[in-house]
Amino acid sequence: MSIREILKERILVLDGAMGTMIQRYQLNEQDFRGELLKDHPRPLKGNNDLLSITRPDIIKAIHRQYLEAGADIIETNTFSSTRVAQADYQLESLAYELNFQSAKIAREVADEFTMDNPAKQRFVAGALGPTNKTASISPNVNDPGYRAITFDELVEAYYEQTAGLVEGGVDLLLVETVFDTLNAKAALFAIEKYFEEHTTLSSPLRGDVGPLPIMVSGTITDASGRTLSGQTTEAFMISVSHVPLLSIGLNCALGANQLRPYLQVMAKESETFVSAYPNAGLPNEFGHYDQTPDEMAVQIEAYLKEGLVNIVGGCCGTTPEHIRKIAEVAARYKPRAVEVIHA
Amino acid sequence: MHKYLRLSGLEPVTITPASNFINIGERTNVTGSAKFLKLIKEDKFDEALEVALDQVRGGAQVIDVNMDEGMLDSKAAMVKFLNLMAAEPEIARVPVMIDSSKWEVIEAGLKCLQGKGIVNSISLKAGEEEFIRQAKLVRRYGAAVVVMAFDEQGQADTFERRIAICKRAYDILVNNVKFPPQDIIFDPNIFPVATGIEEHRNYALDFFKAARWIRENLPHVHVSGGVSNVSFSFRGNQKVREAMHAAFLYHGIQHGMDMGIVNPTMLEVYDEIDKALLERVEDVLLNRRDDATERLLEFAETVKGLAKKKETDEAWRNGSVEERITHALVKGIIDFIDQDTEEARQKYGKPLEVIEGPLMQGMNVVGDLFGAGKMFLPQVVKSARVMKKAVAYLEPYLQEEKRLSGQTGKPAAKILLATVKGDVHDIGKNIVGVVLACNNYDVVDLGVMVPAEKILETAKRENVDIIGLSGLITPSLDEMVHVAKEMQRQQFEVPLLIGGATTSRIHTAVKIDPVYDGPVVHVLDASRSVPVASELISGVTRLGFKAKTKEEYRKLREAHESRKEQKNYISLVEARSNRLAIDWNTCNPPKPSFIGKKVLLDFPLDELRKYIDWTPFFQTWMLAGRYPQILNDAVVGGEATKLYNDAQRMLDNIIAEKSLRANGVVAFYRAASTPTDDVKLFDAGADRPFATLHFLRQQNKKAAGLPNFSLADFIAPQATGKEDYIGLFAVTAGIGLEKLVERYKAAHDDYSEIMAKALADRLAEAFAECLHEKVRKEFWGYARAENLTNEELIAEKYSGIRPAPGYPACPDHTEKRTVFEILEAERKAGIRLTESFAMYPAASVSGYYFANPEARYFGLGKINSDQVEEYAERKGMKVADVEKWLAPNLSYDI
Repeated sequence: MSIREILKERILVLDGAMGTMIQRYQLNEQDFRGELLKDHPRPLKGNNDLLSITRPDIIKAIHRQYLEAGADIIETNTFSSTRVAQADYQLESLAYELNFQSAKIAREVADEFTMDNPAKQRFVAGALGPTNKTASISPNVNDPGYRAITFDELVEAYYEQTAGLVEGGVDLLLVETVFDTLNAKAALFAIEKYFEEHTTLSSPLRGDVGPLPIMVSGTITDASGRTLSGQTTEAFMISVSHVPLLSIGLNCALGANQLRPYLQVMAKESETFVSAYPNAGLPNEFGHYDQTPDEMAVQIEAYLKEGLVNIVGGCCGTTPEHIRKIAEVAARYKPRAVEVIHA
Repeated sequence: MHKYLRLSGLEPVTITPASNFINIGERTNVTGSAKFLKLIKEDKFDEALEVALDQVRGGAQVIDVNMDEGMLDSKAAMVKFLNLMAAEPEIARVPVMIDSSKWEVIEAGLKCLQGKGIVNSISLKAGEEEFIRQAKLVRRYGAAVVVMAFDEQGQADTFERRIAICKRAYDILVNNVKFPPQDIIFDPNIFPVATGIEEHRNYALDFFKAARWIRENLPHVHVSGGVSNVSFSFRGNQKVREAMHAAFLYHGIQHGMDMGIVNPTMLEVYDEIDKALLERVEDVLLNRRDDATERLLEFAETVKGLAKKKETDEAWRNGSVEERITHALVKGIIDFIDQDTEEARQKYGKPLEVIEGPLMQGMNVVGDLFGAGKMFLPQVVKSARVMKKAVAYLEPYLQEEKRLSGQTGKPAAKILLATVKGDVHDIGKNIVGVVLACNNYDVVDLGVMVPAEKILETAKRENVDIIGLSGLITPSLDEMVHVAKEMQRQQFEVPLLIGGATTSRIHTAVKIDPVYDGPVVHVLDASRSVPVASELISGVTRLGFKAKTKEEYRKLREAHESRKEQKNYISLVEARSNRLAIDWNTCNPPKPSFIGKKVLLDFPLDELRKYIDWTPFFQTWMLAGRYPQILNDAVVGGEATKLYNDAQRMLDNIIAEKSLRANGVVAFYRAASTPTDDVKLFDAGADRPFATLHFLRQQNKKAAGLPNFSLADFIAPQATGKEDYIGLFAVTAGIGLEKLVERYKAAHDDYSEIMAKALADRLAEAFAECLHEKVRKEFWGYARAENLTNEELIAEKYSGIRPAPGYPACPDHTEKRTVFEILEAERKAGIRLTESFAMYPAASVSGYYFANPEARYFGLGKINSDQVEEYAERKGMKVADVEKWLAPNLSYDI
């Protein structure tokens, strides 16, 4: 059964935060480096995506915890696996490998769970993060026309990431935490280009695949109701409407309650499935998220009652415990009805 | 499900049937706004942003940005402006229309938009394949698209063509590209009406009909257009134009036009248009009566307050015959022209003088008035009709005169007109054709999209006197440059006229004039074509006009250069990091056959004679033209031949009497370049350099892929360990010239004096050419197999260069001192340097030899103070002294 057909029947649950879980392991520089990069000139601690190569055991364990908690879709550990983001660690050359390995291990774990319970098919979403540069905002206040990165550079980086993810075996591609829509458009451009050039792709893990479904998730940074690059929810939706999407949604920056008004706009305007994976509330003064699983589940339930979403999960500060609670409430509600679904 | 066009900036815009008309701001468009163009050209982007802001505040729902201007780097300007706009939330609120006729500019613009904008435009002009490719990319970048009613055959100007092309484009986009139909906006071409040309009468009406058909037959699409085009005939008459725009919009919207590029400041409220004016405007737009154009024209004059009422009185008949002819031409009055022409014929005696006298004077007045916006196109066409009638009246007298004088007479001058390849706009060109034909020119019109080969082939076959190129879209400018280059290559000499909306005097001066030695003239408009053509045809004025125009363009060019170069410099460090990268690993510099000096005394002059480039010789004598064609030139051919024969005779004598002698020194040394653009010279076997040559490096900002050259780049750097070499030379053919000249001076024979000097100069240049060939084939010997004719030598078709200190690549004359010291040029060859580093005898040439195949001539251009200061230090000179010697090359004032 395809994910589109499943989405018409029930609400699917996305996993929670990866970073929050990794913190629990209290890893040191050595864990991040592994054998492979023991002599690398830059400190690598904090480069979470690297663990897919140097400590795949940990990443697999986290994926497993989310799947056990009831997630239908797990995200690959690739939020920063573009050569643009990896430049901070001088690991640009590892970009493809990071994506490929992350996809591969997520695939393995997801398949274990599907094998155990074929009635509940599990999916792997390849995560494409925003990178640490903005294509439509100048980082230099004195030179508003300046750009730290070009569209073409982003397309190149995202193309490589897409190739790694698809060839590593993901089921979906998730362009997420979009704070600059032009970055997202570059990611979408790269994905479409990749699939145009690989009409039938033979993945070592999955056999032949065609174009994969694409999810896009934007980030409304604060109560202004706009993305970091200044767009309203609706303008953001229009800006990515040229690509046939499996879903469009919002994640990060806000807790479930704060996200709701913007999600309402999306639910009203979107012609496709809608996703939401908010943070576990707003961070406290120490930068920690302390919304409990039960508290968050109550707020998410409000989405479900209103019929706002088709896919729901968690972002920063959420844990398998949060996802378990969310999965429990999601199972009790019907998904948002969609009038027209893109082919 | 509704299918609305949805756009976004920072905020959404949805176009629904309730949106009425979407007004697209046109003031951030360099082709539409002179003010905006000026701001962009002057790099005043802050003020340019204000223009955008004003538009948004004024209610523009979409902002059109267009940077298509020949003198702009359109792509860079587009990117810069869009990026700056993105940083202004109040502007960035609205969606952007990226407006360009160049795909690369469109694509660069699309890469700057986070929102969903509109591309303006794509079309079937270059065929389906390109159309589909561009449409797919527009979609992938997430934009809507304007499609122009334009196909491989050209721009649609009838109802039938408009709808056929739009239908075809629609089917391809919707069925093949899967472009959402609501994201398609058709522009079925708004053309000027009331031009006086019969075929234009239905332009507006056909647009309206096409708009309705499109909205009814092509579901979900939109219809747009550039409204100000329609009133082009009435530029200068604001009141009529505003009324025309308002009425056009009114009818356009009635017919389904739902978007448009409109300047709100040039728009009258439909209901407030003077009823009499409105009636006449609508007569024209809807082609309601045969005399619609005349009636609007008449009215236009009254609202402009130009004419003092209709001149039914015949007071003008009391003026002189010249005044009457001018009046008739300006007013287009045909009734009395025969009798006035006859009167003039009797007065002037010769019919030709009537044409070249009062008739041409009258046409010049017409041209001036039209140029100043005081006459409109249809009037000019009428004037031309009067002119034609007058010429026709004179025709029998002209024939009779020819018969009597026995001369075959000058056939009507032939003018070739063509709209260049890639461009299909031909309204302006057709008008030029009419006007010229009316003025008794034989017009060969090749139509539109004419490739350079066809233009030149026809020009040769038809033996035309003038070639006129027209173009409206920006890429045509490049094509015109191409045609001019081809004319130069094929050694054309006929005048080249440049015209069309996108062309300009400055572009012609900067880009076209320098590539073609023949006359190049930018013709502002149709009325100008006649005076310009007549100046260029007439044997009397031709050369003077050419010289005047060339000089004028040279000055424009210089002004442009100095202005432009001011801002585009990079630091010396950056320039050096962008040096020419020669792969020295794979390069094995050839070793000269000797190291050290070789002296050539009394070099045989009859040997040098073969190497003379005669073209500059004629220039010296103020005779313009290329050798050998100049000898047969219709105008100067006779003079040129006489001069040439005299020169040959004198040369024979010089050689026989050995009154001039040619000496030279040439030397080769091992050489290595340093990171600071010096070249160290080593003697055979020596480890330490015995001399250093200092070179300068270009500092102007280069386009991607183009290096900042220094001559030092052509010599292997010390660090590569490669053994490389450099050559030095100094030659003269002026030994004995002083005596020779004295002889002529004594005889007060100025002619022979100048001739002797000119010949010595030619011989010295010939010596340099000859020696360079010897160097290549023998002394250095890196091109032993070379076999070039003298023409090919003159065209510098060889490998390696011989730049001279004081010339563009190395403008520092003081370096000659080093060259002369090494060569011992004075002692060995009798050439010395004056205190200002001029060579004496004047008929001398010196320079360097570079053998590297990558070596090429270039101009240093302007350099910055950082290089000047460092150069002074390298040379051990005072900065102020260096600045004095390099004054023309400084990017700053001293």
